Amino acid sequence: MLDGDPCSIIENEFVKPGKGQAFNRVKIRNLKTGRVLEKTFKSGETVEAADVVELQLQYLYNDGEFWHFMDPETFEQYQADANAMGEATKWLKEQDMCTVTLWNGSPILVEPPNFVVLEITETDPGLKGDTSGGGGKPATLETGAVVRVPLFIQIGEKIKVDTRSGEYVNRVKDD
Amino acid sequence: MPEWRPSAGPEALKARAAMLAAIRNFFAERGVLEVDTPLLAPAAGTDPAIEPLRTVFTGPGHAHGLPLYLQTSPEFFMKRLLAADSGPIYQVCKAFRDGELGPRHNPEFTILEWYRPGFDHHRLMDEVAELVMACLGRELPVERRPYRELFLERYGIDPLESDPSRLRQAAIEHGLPGAESIALDGVDGWLDLLLSHGIEAGLGQGRLTFVTDYPASQAVLARLNPDDPRTAARFELYLDGIELANGFQELVDATEQRARFAHDQALRAARGQPPVAMDEAFLAALQAGLPDCAGVALGLDRLLMRSLDAAQLDAVMAFPLGRC
Repeated sequence: MLDGDPCSIIENEFVKPGKGQAFNRVKIRNLKTGRVLEKTFKSGETVEAADVVELQLQYLYNDGEFWHFMDPETFEQYQADANAMGEATKWLKEQDMCTVTLWNGSPILVEPPNFVVLEITETDPGLKGDTSGGGGKPATLETGAVVRVPLFIQIGEKIKVDTRSGEYVNRVKDD
Repeated sequence: MPEWRPSAGPEALKARAAMLAAIRNFFAERGVLEVDTPLLAPAAGTDPAIEPLRTVFTGPGHAHGLPLYLQTSPEFFMKRLLAADSGPIYQVCKAFRDGELGPRHNPEFTILEWYRPGFDHHRLMDEVAELVMACLGRELPVERRPYRELFLERYGIDPLESDPSRLRQAAIEHGLPGAESIALDGVDGWLDLLLSHGIEAGLGQGRLTFVTDYPASQAVLARLNPDDPRTAARFELYLDGIELANGFQELVDATEQRARFAHDQALRAARGQPPVAMDEAFLAALQAGLPDCAGVALGLDRLLMRSLDAAQLDAVMAFPLGRC
């Protein structure tokens, strides 16, 4: 816990001049904002531990205000607000599995899978036969997210997207 | 299954053996005697910045247990040898320190310590540079930078004429992360923060940099400089931002030494640190007469890191704590 927010330690470096005060130079991610900051502590200083767990949860539905998730093992349900959802709303489709961070039992951070497969709902027809992919065009996905896709991609096709960069990866054929 | 393999490869093991051979050869040529002193003893250094590990011996004469310390350096025993007219001596041994663990720290490490009766610390610095270059097998430029000069250059602050609030201000102005919220006691805590976070990484880039003339409050076991008693005849050696060695023109005054131990113990008590017994046998040796000498301790694992261009100790230690 740091300034009232739960944080995770990314890096913790022990720094000590041979005959002097020892320090820990720590890189911390604020789990509420995702922001990374650096801090220096005297070695041996203590901070309050945060009650934080990470779970793999299945996305169920959105009721207009909250996004609902379920633990597929215990069937326990959780609801996340827009703050916790952040960018994840752009990529989630019902039944997708996500990494959800709980603080004191409530979701504070929802991370979508690194790759999602989504259907194109809107895009310009483009030129038939152009498979070069040069230039590209915007396409709207079933979740409402807009990504740049190659010109040959058509409405109704499914594509794989990297949610970390928001970039098109490839076309996915239905089996 | 536990990881049983060593973390250092065969190249590092060979380099370590070659370095030890080079060191023994270096001192044999100079007529410096190799000695061997206890790692386990009923007293230890009182320095509040260095915490010894403790254990207990139970056996003949000590049915209820004799508390012992693993030595944080062989200094006191080596000075007892010097007081008994050993002449110049060196030792390669393990040293132990509680609380120290990281890419450049392991609770147990290999130290090379040597003492030169009749040398002052300037002459000893010359010899340290020669030894390090003999171990590395290459020549390097050597420079000496007074502690005060480094602070003036980097922060525009005179470390010998400053106070905690001004040092704290400098740390905040220079964007040292967390400087506004950290609670440090006294000038030395802030000087340590400013040195370790804003100066050390730039020291000894492609050269051997000796930082000299530390503030008197950080003299540890060094004499004060007679021409400027605000500073001590203490030096540290850096190579590529890594601290390799610490040396002194040794304090030989038993009364002053006892006063420094008492000061350390008072600091320990004030900070809630466990007390450490004063080494009375060492004080008695000083009383009997330690010859004028200079001495230095050098971290061999770190020197090996530089020699192999390794970033972490586990590349040069067969079994660092994480592999034990």
